[in-house]
Amino acid sequence: MNWATVYAGQRDMELETDAGWSTAERNLEARRGESVAIRLEAVEKSFGDRRVLRGLSVTIAPGQFVAVVGRSGCGKTTLLRMIAGLESASGGGISIDGAPVRSLRDDVRLLFQEPRLLPWQRVIANVGIARGAGWRARAEAALADVGLADRAGDWPAVLSGGQKQRVALARALVSRPKALLMDEPFGALDALTRTEMHRLLLRVRREYGFTAVLITHDVREALGLADRILVLRDGEVAMDAPIDVPLTLRRTSPALAHLEKRVLAEV
Amino acid sequence: MPKPKVIPRALLDFLIAWTLPVLIVIGWEIGARMGWISARILPAPSAVALAFWTNIENGELIHHTLISTRRAFYGLVIGGGIGFGLGVMNGALPIAEKLTDSSLQMLRNVPHLAIIPLVILWFGIGEDAKVFLVAIGVLFPIYLNTFHGIRMVDRGLVEMGRVYGLGAAALYWRIILPGALPSILVGLRYALGIMWLTLIVAETISAQAGIGYMTMNAREFLQTDVVLLGIIVYALLGKFADVVTRWLEQRALAWHPSFQPQHAVAA
Repeated sequence: MNWATVYAGQRDMELETDAGWSTAERNLEARRGESVAIRLEAVEKSFGDRRVLRGLSVTIAPGQFVAVVGRSGCGKTTLLRMIAGLESASGGGISIDGAPVRSLRDDVRLLFQEPRLLPWQRVIANVGIARGAGWRARAEAALADVGLADRAGDWPAVLSGGQKQRVALARALVSRPKALLMDEPFGALDALTRTEMHRLLLRVRREYGFTAVLITHDVREALGLADRILVLRDGEVAMDAPIDVPLTLRRTSPALAHLEKRVLAEV
Repeated sequence: MPKPKVIPRALLDFLIAWTLPVLIVIGWEIGARMGWISARILPAPSAVALAFWTNIENGELIHHTLISTRRAFYGLVIGGGIGFGLGVMNGALPIAEKLTDSSLQMLRNVPHLAIIPLVILWFGIGEDAKVFLVAIGVLFPIYLNTFHGIRMVDRGLVEMGRVYGLGAAALYWRIILPGALPSILVGLRYALGIMWLTLIVAETISAQAGIGYMTMNAREFLQTDVVLLGIIVYALLGKFADVVTRWLEQRALAWHPSFQPQHAVAA
């Protein structure tokens, strides 16, 4: 993948939104949900003798989009699972919105590497998996947000890989989460589908306004989407840098090319 | 292009498949009528058909079939219920598995027909003995396949369910049980075969009613046509049970790619 394919998608998106800025954008602002701060303090994690995370301290501001990059085995998936409450820390503390994470939270959603759809439930029932009052209407709205309103009645087995991951995204959006944690959700997709998913993710993020943490091994993906990049190496933060280039300028920015070089040197 | 007038492929296959059985029946009928085959060894198909008709008319056939079916059904419900319950319990609770699985595996290796003398000593030759034997026979295939099915449920889906806020009951009904269902249905089909086999043996050895009793009684009076009729009825009952399970599979596993029409899979 190169810059051209990553940003061709974004350019299209900009054109779409530029045209109807005044009303559409204001509606988005009105619908924007809440977001939470995520705070990690001296977080340690070991599996047996193996120390996966060594005293990690990071504060993520509400609404921030942080990309975490690193080689496989650097502890980035473990980190995400700990924020989600699926695993407990061996030392240190994680808090979301000021409250320590002890178990799973309803306002934090996790997007897995695989779509993990229930094959025996139709798309709409998968999206509305948490049920609750009025789930069908909310699930339909979320499906529409990811552009799959017409596939509500299909079995997951007939969808393509990208469509399945979009359904998984809709499932995460249904409850209007305050934080969305993503564990390489686009890793298994082909380059074109991945570009589409990037556009979609940026769009729903602007609409929903959640705090986002994206785990990826693709540095360009990280630089194309996030506000801040975190490089993890041997269980420690090797680099923590803001990405100050506006999304609209990223495909041409020399500053970003420079940043990419720095990140690649650290990974 | 004008279509050449040929017999449709499906019809042709059907004709080819049925040619041999039809020829055998015709040859058998001719052989019996010409006196080449003794009526005591193998009565003509027409004689069996006649026996079928008279036994329908005097109510004997219906009476015995109902009794046999009732035994099969009770045995299946009791043995299948216990096997399913144990399978679910051991699949879900490791402690229960440790406690009971090795005992069950030992019992499974006792051929259930070998305990017929013991069963007659316990229950006499009444209904209980037959229902007990059938129950023992169907218990193990259902237990093993339920247990295996629950163990094979994708852990990723269960984790997804937890992340999306499903409680224990919802996890069980919406993820674990549907995930295990294909395996459970395989167990059911296998159990149905064992069910009829057990019943045939049990009824032939000791009974005062039922298809097995009818054939053994007919043997004493050298009514070979009725014996043959009993065998055919057993075959039909077995086939019927199989058709019902197939129908059940098609309804319950409609989501499964192998049960969907070909054109829908590649969308």
